[in-house]
Amino acid sequence: MPIPSPFHERTAALCTSMRWKDWAGYYAVCSFDTSHEREYYALRHAAGLIDVSPLFKYSVSGPDAGEFLAQVMVKDVRRLEVGQVTYLCWCDDAGKVMDDGTVTRLAQDRFRVTAAEPSRAWLERYARGYRVTIHDESAEIGALSLQGPMARAVLADCCDADLDRLGFFRGTSADLDGTGVWISRTGYTGDLGYEVWVEAARATRVWDALVAAGKAHALEPAGLDAMDVTRIEAGFIMNGVDYFSANHCMIDAQKSSPFELGLGWTVDLDREPFNGQAALRAEKERGSRRRLVGLVIDWDALEALYAEHGLPPEVCSQAWRSGVPVYAAGGRQVGKATSGAWSPLLKENLALADVEASCASLGTRLDFEVTVEYERRRVPALVTRRPFFNPERKRR
Amino acid sequence: MHESSEALLSPRPKKSRYDAIVVGGGHNGLIAAAYLARAGKQVLVLERRHVLGGAAVSEEVFPGFTFSVCSYVVSLFRPHIIRELELARHGFDLIPLEASFLPLLDGEGLCRWSDPHRTRREVSRFSPRDAETLGEFSLAMSRLARFSKSIIDRPAPDPTSLAPRELLRNLRLARELGGMDADLAYLNHKLMTMSAVDFLDLWFESETLKAPMSVSGIIGTFLGVRSPGSAYVLLHHYMGEIDGAFRSWGFSRGGTGQVSLACARAARAHGAEIVCEAPVEKIRVEGGRARGVVLVSGDELEAKVVVSGVDPRRTFLGLVGEEHLDGEFARDIRRYKYRGSSGKVNLALDGLPEFTCRPGDGPHLRGDIAIAPSIDYLERAYDEAKYGDFSSRPYLNVVIPSLVDPSVAPPGKHVMSIFVQYAPYEIKEGPAHWPERREAFGDAVVETLAEYAPTLPDRILHRQVLSPWDLEQEFGLTEGNIFHGELSLEQLLFLRPAAGWARYRTPLRGLWMCASGTHPGGGIMGAPGELAAKTLLESREL
Repeated sequence: MPIPSPFHERTAALCTSMRWKDWAGYYAVCSFDTSHEREYYALRHAAGLIDVSPLFKYSVSGPDAGEFLAQVMVKDVRRLEVGQVTYLCWCDDAGKVMDDGTVTRLAQDRFRVTAAEPSRAWLERYARGYRVTIHDESAEIGALSLQGPMARAVLADCCDADLDRLGFFRGTSADLDGTGVWISRTGYTGDLGYEVWVEAARATRVWDALVAAGKAHALEPAGLDAMDVTRIEAGFIMNGVDYFSANHCMIDAQKSSPFELGLGWTVDLDREPFNGQAALRAEKERGSRRRLVGLVIDWDALEALYAEHGLPPEVCSQAWRSGVPVYAAGGRQVGKATSGAWSPLLKENLALADVEASCASLGTRLDFEVTVEYERRRVPALVTRRPFFNPERKRR
Repeated sequence: MHESSEALLSPRPKKSRYDAIVVGGGHNGLIAAAYLARAGKQVLVLERRHVLGGAAVSEEVFPGFTFSVCSYVVSLFRPHIIRELELARHGFDLIPLEASFLPLLDGEGLCRWSDPHRTRREVSRFSPRDAETLGEFSLAMSRLARFSKSIIDRPAPDPTSLAPRELLRNLRLARELGGMDADLAYLNHKLMTMSAVDFLDLWFESETLKAPMSVSGIIGTFLGVRSPGSAYVLLHHYMGEIDGAFRSWGFSRGGTGQVSLACARAARAHGAEIVCEAPVEKIRVEGGRARGVVLVSGDELEAKVVVSGVDPRRTFLGLVGEEHLDGEFARDIRRYKYRGSSGKVNLALDGLPEFTCRPGDGPHLRGDIAIAPSIDYLERAYDEAKYGDFSSRPYLNVVIPSLVDPSVAPPGKHVMSIFVQYAPYEIKEGPAHWPERREAFGDAVVETLAEYAPTLPDRILHRQVLSPWDLEQEFGLTEGNIFHGELSLEQLLFLRPAAGWARYRTPLRGLWMCASGTHPGGGIMGAPGELAAKTLLESREL
């Protein structure tokens, strides 16, 4: 049975829809109202406040913390400045992805790792010989993701951080309505946004302050349904949906490498040994078999299929994550779409798909399976650059 | 995602000769320009005002407050235009309306939501039977609406022509409409001929439900809800269905002017030139053919075709001149009805008003709010207008876009847009006397709304009142008609704006029409601009 997050008292009072799901063992709101629509539009036009406390959080500290993480992670985190955050993944020895997450350098000898899955045992397995302490702070820290074009204005009205100077993927400690918090300019929506990290005992106070400040900026508490649409627009992958952690896979074919997931840019290959390095180097030389790509599904063709039945075209307003076969244009199956969503903002039908490398170059036309009136049909889909949505304000 | 509007504009025309000159930078003119430029034509758009958009315009009328000055919601903008011109990339961004709220002086009022169960519960307080019939009604209307796609996404059918091409087109249309079963066809006939109230009487018993539903039949026309011919516009509300996920009804982020700017960016991206503050004095006609335009500044520009984005009267009786038209056509244009019947009040508010019947700032305020408490109320409002007065207690359609789009007002403040009917162009003192009546009209509107939301007057920081006279003087809408001519049945399809001239061509070679005075008419739909450009490109004139 899931347990409440540090913000549960507040979110439960607002969740009139009773639509909850289990996220890593915590109750998480799908949408506060019966539809997530208002929350989605708030994320894109004003600000949304999402409880992301169920993320796993680990403090890694000690004189060798940097050295240690550099060995575990594909990216050389020793280069991070204090207050800098980075996104990355980590691999097993075969170069297959275990999880993806962020690493923040909180101090010279102290880092925070966030992960989608429990990772303490995995981290500790490699800690031998390093002067490092790994502490699971998942339950001790509540986290709120404040995302959207008004996010900065909301935060500016309730905390003392110098937000104009807080760059993309940078963090700072701050006083938020009398509570000490850590604020990072990060998120999972591909937009301007921040994540606020607070001691669990003080969590509701921070929620109240953000909601109060948000009133003047049309802030809405948002659930995972809205966030899921935005993360597809941002082209972000999700562990357990678009790929599976290598240690959960029954067969090799279910595992993925960073290159296959489009995370090759996070891999610093040329340095002293790190987990998976040899395998990744070999894959880089050999070339990857598969690639995760963005797809835009042709609307006219979909509309025509519906018209054959005398129906208007229809798409689910929620993001989907049931696998869908993807074919070479007019031909054999070359992969599968793992998740997708209709983007109300871009007016495009988007998907993330795992396809053979030969089909992965931008502009390639593939066929995507759709079910119209219980009939399985195919419509064209175009391999398109991710992120699908990438506003300037995200970095400015 | 997009640059500021200034970068869009050229200070003056760069050339003296173009393939096409579009007169008027409203959304239809800009869409026509975008399609023509996309086909490789040299296109110039000339806008009289300092700002693009025509009646789909956003202006910061009061510092920090951006008003959708005229049109305030987007109705049925055609999805294929969004795709073909990549408008989402250029900043086209619609936010759906969450609810339709009818405040009442007694009780809680009625709110219709997108959640059907919630709506059913609301309606059942007035009539349990209506609450369940609503679903049936919506389905019937949605089924009918589906056939309208065949009509609005193509040039108007011409039932009189025997040309093989036309016969083929009509055959295709007949086949599509033939998919309508008999019951639906009968219903369609009733819809086309009945009054909005009579039609709703076929389904519903509750006044409280019928009154706000019936008003969609009269918007922008000089009819009452009991006037025959007012029913068919009810369909408009269900036509969003035909566009599926595109949800082509909604608030435009940044105001309706952003729709126009997105179209302008698309036109610009395809190479069109756009010049503001460039009023056109005359369309130059020689030898029965439009040759270009003469600007008020005296500059002359040549073009293979001139495309008019202004309404038919302004185009033919104003810019062209009757001397270039044959008598019968000129007569048709003179008789084409405008009869503006609505006005607009825009308010800058320092906080949200509270409605007595449903206090608080809940989601009931996030859609449109209608003051239409009964059918008799609406008919009485029409009565006053018939005899040359604005309604002392008018029908109001209110939206507060700042609730969902904080970019249009300072933090914690709001903009309120109030559409008002009836405000007849022809008041008994004469239309030119509107400026003397304007503030009294504004007072009547605020007083009406204050009966339902008493805190409203104290919240007002600034008020902008637009009478039909102002709509004509400032925005060039003849007689203040928001649709470039009434959307009444006798002025639709192959009769818009004149019999025989419904395909964007005019009796003058080289002169085309592309705006709401042509098929399929007004609203921020974009179809006239698109269809005009496509028809023009198919012709041999360019």
